[in-house]
Amino acid sequence: MYAYDEIDRTLVNERVSEFRDQVQRRLSGELTEDEFKMLRLQNGVYLQLHAYMFRVAIPYGTLASNQLRQLAHVARKYDRGYGHFTTRQNIQFNWIKLSDLPDALADLAEVGIHAMQTSGNNMRNVTSDQWAGVAPGEIEDPRIWSELIRQHTTLHPEFSFLPRKFKIAITASDHDRAAIKVHDIGLRLIKSEKGETGFEVLVGGGLGRTPFIGKTIKHFVHGRDLLSYIEAILRVYNQYGRRDNIYKARIKILVHELGIEKFSREVEEEWQHLRNSSLQIDDEVIEDIRSRFIYPAYEKLPHMPDELRQAAAEPDFEAWRKNSVAPHKNPGYSIVTISLKPIGAPPGDATAEQMDALADLADKYSFGELRVGHEQNLALPHVAKRDLPALWKALDKLGLATPNVNLITDIIACPGLDYCSLANARSIPIAQELTRRFANHELANLIGRLHINISGCINACGHHHVGHIGILGVEKNGEEVYQITIGGRADESAALGNLIGPGVKFDEVADVVEDIVEAYLALRERPEELFVDTVKRLGVEPFKERVYATR
Amino acid sequence: MTSPLQQKIKIAGPSIVTANRTWDGIVVYRTANKGWSAELADAAIVRNSDEAKVLLAEAVADDVGAIGPYIAPVQVGDDGVIEPGNLREQIRKAGVTIELPAQG
Ligand code: HEM
Ligand code: SF4
Repeated sequence: MYAYDEIDRTLVNERVSEFRDQVQRRLSGELTEDEFKMLRLQNGVYLQLHAYMFRVAIPYGTLASNQLRQLAHVARKYDRGYGHFTTRQNIQFNWIKLSDLPDALADLAEVGIHAMQTSGNNMRNVTSDQWAGVAPGEIEDPRIWSELIRQHTTLHPEFSFLPRKFKIAITASDHDRAAIKVHDIGLRLIKSEKGETGFEVLVGGGLGRTPFIGKTIKHFVHGRDLLSYIEAILRVYNQYGRRDNIYKARIKILVHELGIEKFSREVEEEWQHLRNSSLQIDDEVIEDIRSRFIYPAYEKLPHMPDELRQAAAEPDFEAWRKNSVAPHKNPGYSIVTISLKPIGAPPGDATAEQMDALADLADKYSFGELRVGHEQNLALPHVAKRDLPALWKALDKLGLATPNVNLITDIIACPGLDYCSLANARSIPIAQELTRRFANHELANLIGRLHINISGCINACGHHHVGHIGILGVEKNGEEVYQITIGGRADESAALGNLIGPGVKFDEVADVVEDIVEAYLALRERPEELFVDTVKRLGVEPFKERVYATR
Repeated sequence: MTSPLQQKIKIAGPSIVTANRTWDGIVVYRTANKGWSAELADAAIVRNSDEAKVLLAEAVADDVGAIGPYIAPVQVGDDGVIEPGNLREQIRKAGVTIELPAQG
């Protein structure tokens, strides 16, 4: 957990009373919507189809049990009793009244939660691996560096008025769980040959209308130079970035237009002016941040306790354990992913009751700490292995033990046309139907790891380009039509998917996905060959044939 | 924002003006007596571009009442019942097409 200091708390409280005043002036008509819009967006308040939507940041995905309880309280008191966890380590409330928002913000501020950096053309909250600090083999806790960047960029003028929004993600493991290749800046924490901590820096990744996979701009930037290097990137971006055309204003477009070589040269030049400035980071600053991350007092516990050995005889427990439980850096403990993807339900939603109960389970089994990942699932990061069977029983009672993490029913979907004012087509009902089609656990298990990502429009909030199967909703003559891509991936081998052919209608999507999956099962060389690897080996053709032969 | 009176507005059939109520965000429809209603049945129907322009201009002027007004198509039955003219408006009227989590 991270202990915020007094300055942060004062800042958050000031923002709440400022916003209260702004809302009052808006409701009285003193402020017009044109004047108010910027202000509400800065506080995470969007307008959706049916109501305002309130987006709350969960910096680097770390959440304390008392914070989750307060989110449950906000869901219950000001919303309709549930919240939606997003791919950006945020939670969104869909039904909140403008007149209630200042109170909701104030309630959240009590537990150190705020909505800064969730919207607007600024530096968004820095995301990182949801297993930060607990993953085995991790070089260092990447959140220390996320926090450094957060402190430096919050409210910093240079970062508050960018040509467009700006997103950074950090990972410190070989396996990239933070999707750093689809962020404006992606940082991979590494050690140099001399053993110094630093970063491989990637730039220009992003999804949306014009998707790009980020490119490495520098193989090693020393930790102490991280801020000056990022600043150099931002200066080049600010200098060239197109403010005249919002579709072209993202850094990915600039990197693409200038070319990575020219872009790197410009950054390098800028950096030479900056690197020895006050932006150089003292070791004490890092040590100070490091000291605020509080790690649990782990006990020395057996790797294979009796409780676990006995529970292994129970097939349902084993099914859940196999895909929800991951190794922890401390062998007596595990990281437990909690699927927010029950069969037939909207991906990423949790009710206030579930949130409260999860907060209690976090207190009981995970030192009061939870994590939010970009796959729209939650995790308990420090569960003693002996507690796994009891935790599983408790989760099952809450409907939170669906054994589908990383399987075909663990779908990422944006809100789509059920909620979103920018949508062309619905996403959630497509996801629901797909989970019903593949509800059989044996079948899902046979298929193995397969990520389906769904977006309701080209903004790509559901990351469809990097789904193993990607589904994009578009509108054609007033009808919902879905374009389907295969072969995308979001991890360290990130790639954009390829279109398999003409779009299909709402009612046909699940059939098409079934066809694709059947083709895969017939085509894979061995059961361990993942869907994406089969697509990589064979290309889209055989899948296309299968899907369109009968359509 | 440019005044709607200066904008080119073209409608293809019967239309209404809709927006979200400022204080709570709910879907509302502009009525004939210069107010807002949560019921589509109360919406003022416009049938040509000039009427649409005027209705939208009134709506835009009432920025304290509702935000983001725009013109949307509707179908008017022989019995006078107004139905949304597209899926988006259908969803705005009837709510999400999925079941919401049980309220506790
Ligand atoms: C309904 C409210 C929402 C609105 C109005 C909205 C709007 C947008 C827009 C306009 C963009 C495109 C930005 C660009 O390419 O410059 C975008 C991107 C994005 N949104 Fe949303 N969004 C919403 C909900 C969500 C949700 C629920 C999620 C998570 C599940 C999400 C995650 C993302 C992500 C990850 C991107 C980044 C794509 C990229 O990097 O280019 N958004 N959103
Ligand atoms: S992808 Fe489009 S439809 Fe989906 S949430 Fe983002 S803006 Fe809305």
